[in-house]
Amino acid sequence: MSLITTLDALVDELRALGVPVSASEKADAAAALGHADLADREEVRSGLAVTLVKSAGHLSAFDRVFDVCFGQRVPDRATGGVGLGEPDDATIRRLLAESIEAGENGSLMQRHLAGLLVDRHAGIQPGRAVAGTSYLFRAMRALDVDRVTAALVRRAEARTPAALAGPLPRRLFLEDVERRLAAFRLEVEAEIRRRLVADRGVDAVAKTLRRPLPEDVGFLTAATAELHELWDTIQPLSRKLAARMVHRRRHGHRGRIDVRRTMRASLSTGGIPVDLRHHTPRPAKPELVVLADISGSVSAFAAFTLQLTYALRSRFARVRCFVFVDGLDEVTDLIERSANVLEVASEINRLGLGVWLDGRSDYGNAIETFCRDHAGELRARTTVLVLGDARSNYHAPRADALGRIAGRCGHLFWLNPEPRAAWDSGDSVIGRYAGYCDEVVECRNLRQLRAFVERLA
Amino acid sequence: MPDSPHFASSQQVADRLRGTGYVPSPRIAGVIHLAERLGKPVLVEGPAGTGKTQLAKSVAESCGLRLIRLQCYEGLDEAKALYEWDYRKQLLHIARAGTAGGDGVETELFHECFLLTRPLLEAIRSEEPVVLLVDEVDRLDIETEALLLEVLSEYQVSIPELGTLRARTTPLVFLTSNNSRELSEALKRRCLYLHIGYPTAEHERDIVLAQVPGIEAVLAGRVGQLVRSLRSLELRKKPSVAETLDWARTLVLLGADDVTTELLADTLPVLLKNESDIALALKEFGE
Repeated sequence: MSLITTLDALVDELRALGVPVSASEKADAAAALGHADLADREEVRSGLAVTLVKSAGHLSAFDRVFDVCFGQRVPDRATGGVGLGEPDDATIRRLLAESIEAGENGSLMQRHLAGLLVDRHAGIQPGRAVAGTSYLFRAMRALDVDRVTAALVRRAEARTPAALAGPLPRRLFLEDVERRLAAFRLEVEAEIRRRLVADRGVDAVAKTLRRPLPEDVGFLTAATAELHELWDTIQPLSRKLAARMVHRRRHGHRGRIDVRRTMRASLSTGGIPVDLRHHTPRPAKPELVVLADISGSVSAFAAFTLQLTYALRSRFARVRCFVFVDGLDEVTDLIERSANVLEVASEINRLGLGVWLDGRSDYGNAIETFCRDHAGELRARTTVLVLGDARSNYHAPRADALGRIAGRCGHLFWLNPEPRAAWDSGDSVIGRYAGYCDEVVECRNLRQLRAFVERLA
Repeated sequence: MPDSPHFASSQQVADRLRGTGYVPSPRIAGVIHLAERLGKPVLVEGPAGTGKTQLAKSVAESCGLRLIRLQCYEGLDEAKALYEWDYRKQLLHIARAGTAGGDGVETELFHECFLLTRPLLEAIRSEEPVVLLVDEVDRLDIETEALLLEVLSEYQVSIPELGTLRARTTPLVFLTSNNSRELSEALKRRCLYLHIGYPTAEHERDIVLAQVPGIEAVLAGRVGQLVRSLRSLELRKKPSVAETLDWARTLVLLGADDVTTELLADTLPVLLKNESDIALALKEFGE
């Protein structure tokens, strides 16, 4: 494949993922290739990355696609290689430990070792359309990372006995080893990918490896690693939203004419009011009440939304947060004390908040409790947000209580993290509540959540 | 497009930057090389205190070029970023022409000598090549961002009364952003995008070695490891490279040759500026 067709494939795949790449950026990328040393893979990678990807959140997606499209050929073992012959597993472990000790990352030696491991243990079957995670698992299990770590600790202690004395140096050493082993794991993963590409071609592998961008990951289906990536995106996102809203508030519209200041300014133009001065507008801020379902199935979604609304608290006169499973508890104080919602979540679990009887979602009871205890505090300026999938385990929905809440507050929105197609199926009673809400919003991923919050404030 | 390139290869960029005490990652060196070859601005994003502004300063220093800096803020407008007519001078000129009884004063009023150049125009009009730094571009209002577009893509400024002023030499342009809002697609499209994250432990060790005089390699390595470990905690504000350097200088002043738990506990406020962060770090490393 020529370089330009490979670039075509790369850009197509990026666009298929949802990374915006314009025609002029593609032209820049081609120009960048003209200036890069084509024998240096990392230089090619960085030349393409800086021209094609314009958002930090998309860089890891780019790296994956690049590895597939610009995968190296599988090295020929007869001519290439480091000349080790066929070492056994123990020797592989020893060689890996030595190379880690020497501080090499991504060296030829490590690549060769990764290749050997994959050859011997991954058990790749040609022609199967899989993403290769089980291959990776098998290869890494055979390597046994713990034994490599233990060997490294032994060697370090043998060399300088004092080096690992005390908990602090030991901890740092172990973290270092862990990081290098993670890098080696990536090397193995890349090796597997190279084999898959050689077997099935770029397009097929790219399709099976396709993973959504952070903003498109579903809250309900996200894996742990994806959730971490989401946390990294949500912090700048809430900052951005807050900045945008302050901006809009300041520049939105001008207030009444300020006669006093206009007269004062007119003195410089001989008493003729050329420049009109206006009062700075001070629109009343709404109050926000958030009711979040924190039962297992939707807890990740609740945490994200709480974090986002809380980051925007300056935009509201007051933010009050309640959590529920089958009971209801207020957590405004908890969230106020800590900026980190992850901490808040663990605190909520520790205190067993939101749980009344059996710890299975009961929307009816939670809403009725809120209506009984707090409905009196709702005012026309209050916006109520309910977060949850409305899966009430066949308890009575008691939608009339929601109706009473809706009657007292200004706006009532329901954010549902389930896809619209799943609403009202099984034990979901969202349809019973929908009539009382201003709107029920589908909020499956960060993109939708962000669009809603932007509209709200 | 460049008249005579400042750098022959990305390797040379790296070497020259190292000469000024800035330790670039391969990607940073590559993007600067490419920016010069393609004649494109570089948009630098990343957490605070990772050396975004310093990068532009170091590039200017390493090539011996003048650095022109435009600090962005909310409410920055054309008159402060591009150019302004010096109306006082124009008034004087009219008054003088009036007493002398000269004609055709209107045509002389919009001459270049009545133009007050602001950073962007100054970079364009400069005789010798310059480095232009547009700092914290995310603080600009979205509408004012458009003001940059002509300068960045064509290296020219259009002044209605005068016509279009083109750049005599292509400046090296850096834009920095703290990511406090999404920049417009139009701006991003015209730039090369460089994300400077926190450095790896080894990279940070090299930075400390280059920036802190009199530090031992072993201690610098330990500093890099510890800061990396701190950043992996769930902190409100992760320590920046600038704070790492402050901390390393503190350690040198205290005459330390290795970091002990007690020393860490005593000097932690140099790295972390948040009470709950310090408490968390002490809990993690305390025992």
